[in-house]
Amino acid sequence: MVAKKIVLTFPKEKIDKPIVYKLIKEFNLSFNILKASITPDQEGHLVLELDGDKAEIDRGIKHLKEEGVKVEPLSKEIKVNWDKCTQCSACVSICPTDALYVKDRKTMEVAFDPEKCIACELCIRPCPPRAIEVHF
Amino acid sequence: MAKTIEEINERIGKGKAVVVNAEEVIEIVAKKGLAQAAKEVDVVTTGTFGPMCSSGAYFNFGHTKPKLKAGGGRALVNNVPAYTGWAAVDLYLGATAATVDDPLNKIHPGEFAYGGGHVIEDLVAGRDVRLQVEAYGTDCYPRKHLDTWVNIRDLNEAVLFNSRNAYQNYNVAVNLSDKTIYTYLGTLKPKLGNANYCSAGQLSPLLNDPFYKTIGIGTRIWLGGGTGYVAWQGTQHNPHAPRLGNGVPKRPAGTLAVIGDLKKMSPKWIKGVSFVGYGVSLNVGIGIPIPILNEETLKYTAVKDEDIIAAIVDYSDAYPNGRSDVLGEVDYRTVKSGQIEVKGKKVPTSGISSYKAALEIANDLKDKIKKGEFLLTEKVAGLPVGDAAPKFKPLKERPVKEEK
Repeated sequence: MVAKKIVLTFPKEKIDKPIVYKLIKEFNLSFNILKASITPDQEGHLVLELDGDKAEIDRGIKHLKEEGVKVEPLSKEIKVNWDKCTQCSACVSICPTDALYVKDRKTMEVAFDPEKCIACELCIRPCPPRAIEVHF
Repeated sequence: MAKTIEEINERIGKGKAVVVNAEEVIEIVAKKGLAQAAKEVDVVTTGTFGPMCSSGAYFNFGHTKPKLKAGGGRALVNNVPAYTGWAAVDLYLGATAATVDDPLNKIHPGEFAYGGGHVIEDLVAGRDVRLQVEAYGTDCYPRKHLDTWVNIRDLNEAVLFNSRNAYQNYNVAVNLSDKTIYTYLGTLKPKLGNANYCSAGQLSPLLNDPFYKTIGIGTRIWLGGGTGYVAWQGTQHNPHAPRLGNGVPKRPAGTLAVIGDLKKMSPKWIKGVSFVGYGVSLNVGIGIPIPILNEETLKYTAVKDEDIIAAIVDYSDAYPNGRSDVLGEVDYRTVKSGQIEVKGKKVPTSGISSYKAALEIANDLKDKIKKGEFLLTEKVAGLPVGDAAPKFKPLKERPVKEEK
């Protein structure tokens, strides 16, 4: 089993078609929707984390591409600028995936686990010294 | 066996003083007992680093030729308004001042990316800032406009002067409403989604000297990485807050007004911060040494996180509407565990004040004292405490009726 984070862009003529559900039905994949937005008469964006067999994931992505969906790896990356960080931990209870966490409850040191980060950006503005950055 | 500050300073001068931080002292007292530990320990260092909104700095930027009088006019530093209402080339810049063209909360929640606190940080970091003054011109101060870059090294004086810092304890903020709220204690998720606290707990200066026995007016302190002094009690100083048996107040209580030379401070410890939807502020680092004069002063410094209680307050309703009702009380050990319980719900916690930074400050102060670079002072006057101290009260409004 592997997990893969992808960004899907749906052309406007495909927005009303049930494309993603086939990932479950035909490719036996499970997915977690990390972000979704549809602009009427424009296009749709979906960020998914796919879980499943490596070969099935590849077939599923092939299916999406055949349906005209643009598939890109999630390349948005959240980075903590540790020079700016004051170690206050304001971000910790905001982060929905515990990617930002207190490493040691005695020293109260704040740490970041990029593996757990889903790039939701909820942490960006609540950080008082604005030490968290989005990189593309 | 009582000691005097003079004796402690002599030991510091000889490099013989025993100096520990307010975390280390807990274990020392637990192991050796109060009597023995009071004989051995000379100084306990404390620290805190968090947003302190009642902070600011005053400057004298030097006279121009021909001369200009900012007083009665307007001044901007990096587009942030500074107060001009005193002599010709003196300015005061407050930490929470917003840039003149900031959209504020017009599109809620506002960003507040830059403001007074950031200007002060830029100055401390040695970065040039733009100073613009519009004056009305007089016979003795004819010039009306000034637009120049200035740097802290060129200012005659740059003094950090904060009217309220180092709050003795603070609220733990939660949100009972069904939408996210944006406060000076951070972003609070709806329906008890998180709980934010803001105290260094067992390291916090005034929690280690709850009745201000050693900390008072004139006390030399570690301020922003440099040296400062307690100038006065801070605004809203409220020694009457309810206290535990150990003397620790359970609600926000004492405060300090502090002063120090901004030119000798560090941008690591004087840092502009932004609270989305609320505004800008300044993170200030403060460290205060507590001389161990007797068993009593030592006993207070041995206070532990689990012995310090804070109130859990709803910032969606009770706080903004000035009601003093609390949702419960919780100790800092639990708060710092990452989860507290409010109304039967487990709520994750976040700090707004940095414990790690507070410890770094307490340790830096400890090192300076050990090296003989920082001597202790006798307070010149005490902070108000006891029945005679003024009571902190809300405004009693007397609405002005418009004449018809």
